[in-house]
Amino acid sequence: MRGGQGAVEARVLQFTNCRILRGGKLLREDLWVRGGRILDPEKLFFEERRVADERRDCGGRILAPGFIDVQINGGFGVDFSQATEDVGSGVALVARRILSHGVTSFCPTLVTSPPEVYHKVVPQIPVKSGGPHGAGVLGLHLEGPFISREKRGAHPEAHLRSFEANAFQDLLATYGPLDNVRIVTLAPELGHSHEVIRELTTRGICVSLGHSVADLRAAEDAVWSGATFITHLFNAMLPFHHRDPGIVGLLTSDRLPAGRCIFYGMIADGTHTNPAALRIAHRAHPQGLVLVTDAIPALGLGNGRHTLGQQEVEVDGLTAYVAGTKTLSGSIAPMDVCVRHFLQATGCSVESALEAASLHPAQLLGLEKSKGTLDFGADADFVVLDDSLHVQATYISGELVWQAEAARQ
Amino acid sequence: MAKVTFFTGHTSTTPPAPSVLIWSTPLGCYKKLIEYHKNGHLSFKYVKTFNMDEYVGLPRNHPESYHSYMWNNFFKHIDIDPNNAHILDGNAADLQAECDAFEKKIKEAGGIDLFVGGIGPDGHIAFNEPGSSLVSRTRLKTLAMDTILANAKYFDGDLSKVPTMALTVGVGTVMDARELPAAFFPLNSTPFITLMVMILITGAHKAFALYKAIEEGVNHMWTVSAFQQHPRTIFVCDEDATLELRVKTVKYFKGLMHVHNKLVDPLFSMKDGN
Repeated sequence: MRGGQGAVEARVLQFTNCRILRGGKLLREDLWVRGGRILDPEKLFFEERRVADERRDCGGRILAPGFIDVQINGGFGVDFSQATEDVGSGVALVARRILSHGVTSFCPTLVTSPPEVYHKVVPQIPVKSGGPHGAGVLGLHLEGPFISREKRGAHPEAHLRSFEANAFQDLLATYGPLDNVRIVTLAPELGHSHEVIRELTTRGICVSLGHSVADLRAAEDAVWSGATFITHLFNAMLPFHHRDPGIVGLLTSDRLPAGRCIFYGMIADGTHTNPAALRIAHRAHPQGLVLVTDAIPALGLGNGRHTLGQQEVEVDGLTAYVAGTKTLSGSIAPMDVCVRHFLQATGCSVESALEAASLHPAQLLGLEKSKGTLDFGADADFVVLDDSLHVQATYISGELVWQAEAARQ
Repeated sequence: MAKVTFFTGHTSTTPPAPSVLIWSTPLGCYKKLIEYHKNGHLSFKYVKTFNMDEYVGLPRNHPESYHSYMWNNFFKHIDIDPNNAHILDGNAADLQAECDAFEKKIKEAGGIDLFVGGIGPDGHIAFNEPGSSLVSRTRLKTLAMDTILANAKYFDGDLSKVPTMALTVGVGTVMDARELPAAFFPLNSTPFITLMVMILITGAHKAFALYKAIEEGVNHMWTVSAFQQHPRTIFVCDEDATLELRVKTVKYFKGLMHVHNKLVDPLFSMKDGN
């Protein structure tokens, strides 16, 4: 339970001997927690005249805000786009298993599907707080079906849709009620897309541009209508061209609304994006970079062949292929692997790498007061990392929800 | 329980606790105390502290308030009981009542065992600016322009952001030495007297103030000079601070160093089971 009347009487926890990520820096400070939130110890000392009830020594490790994955299609054999009777169990399984990757909040993602699937699945995945049972669900990410045929990637062509005259009504008819939806990826070049973008934005849903052949102008117009995110930059969009940079050009566009930061997802698994491309994007617009896994159901399954729905997939280390081929079938790198690879490939600071997986996705979703940060008053969702950014322990609401084997001694 | 013979000849082995009045500037002092605490030699569990001043109108959590200063540089690193750390509240509704309450708390704590502080270039102790009464108590003071200018660097160089008023203990609060014969003290009460005053003075820019403090008379224009009339005052200085003193004065005190060194050696530790 967070906050509330019981909070003031709740136990005060003090995490000592650690470095915490705060204000973009790693500071040698203790982290204080009470009632599931980060506590201001100075206020506690001078106003309440209290000290900590319990101290935990963190062995000199790094404490960073818990990672937030805004694009993950499933994992551990679970496919979020599959319309089963018990979708909840699948989501719960993934939610629990990704705790070991340092993820404390996520957006289960559905790929292009027929309306029946959305109508069955979407209501079964409500927004849910995290805890010992697993990472919190912040809302669904619906990627498609309102995307470009040409840039559909692995999305099934049969179920692609465009907006008819009653644009937003079409969307509602396809998805059903939007209560559990947090992000929608669409292609802005589709007719009537702007009214849809505006309507979604008014309802607090984040609109992302992706799987699109839009040029830079169309992309900028979409941002003016309310779009704030780019789905897996470089993938499923027109390549950067020096006379029309396309969606990629949003990173450095000077024709965006003043003060608006455009965020963009990147899969830093060492396979889906060439490190040089990762560096170009990062150097052009470091503040907007959001690490995502875009993980497929094969995430977390060991090496070897696995049957996932209609597909046969071969897993080899951090890469998954369509069985018997060398065709990539999706990402399977866990979030902490992405963070480490991003750090190594870009040569950025540890602070930047950690913020790309925590603060930036929180800012994208407008949650930066409570998530993705260790500021006073924020939810106490954090990870304990060693110096090479391996996850040692994961906390949600100040409660230990996962711990590495070695750390258990 | 540590015998704090590092500072005073007075030892305290049981509560009521030693009370210490600490000023804001001796950062090196705090660092050393924190080091002794972290090494297990010293505990502040039974120590009471009273800070000598605080700005008026500055939010308590402003980075330049003395609350913030004490928390970040001292309190958060040691095991002091928050109920024993007293700092004047510069945002109190009734400032004089706040000052009176502070005086009362000092009295209830049994008076001050040790006062540690520095001085301003104008010889002020706490915010007792030149012209302050030498028998003053804790009260509201308007800061001298010199002080405001000196503080501007902590407020982005913007004079309009620097507080112009502060609450401060008075010279009398610190002095509180009553020259009364022993017969006047009932057996079961202790006299309200600061046991030891320690003034830290370093740097050439404080040299003239030090000269005025110890080689000239007691004068309200150089309020630290009032401690000439306290039975146990130590001025701790570096070479540069002595630049305005007579050579004879400096030689005299240097000649006593073998006595002074006994004050810092040896250090008793909690680990010795005292």
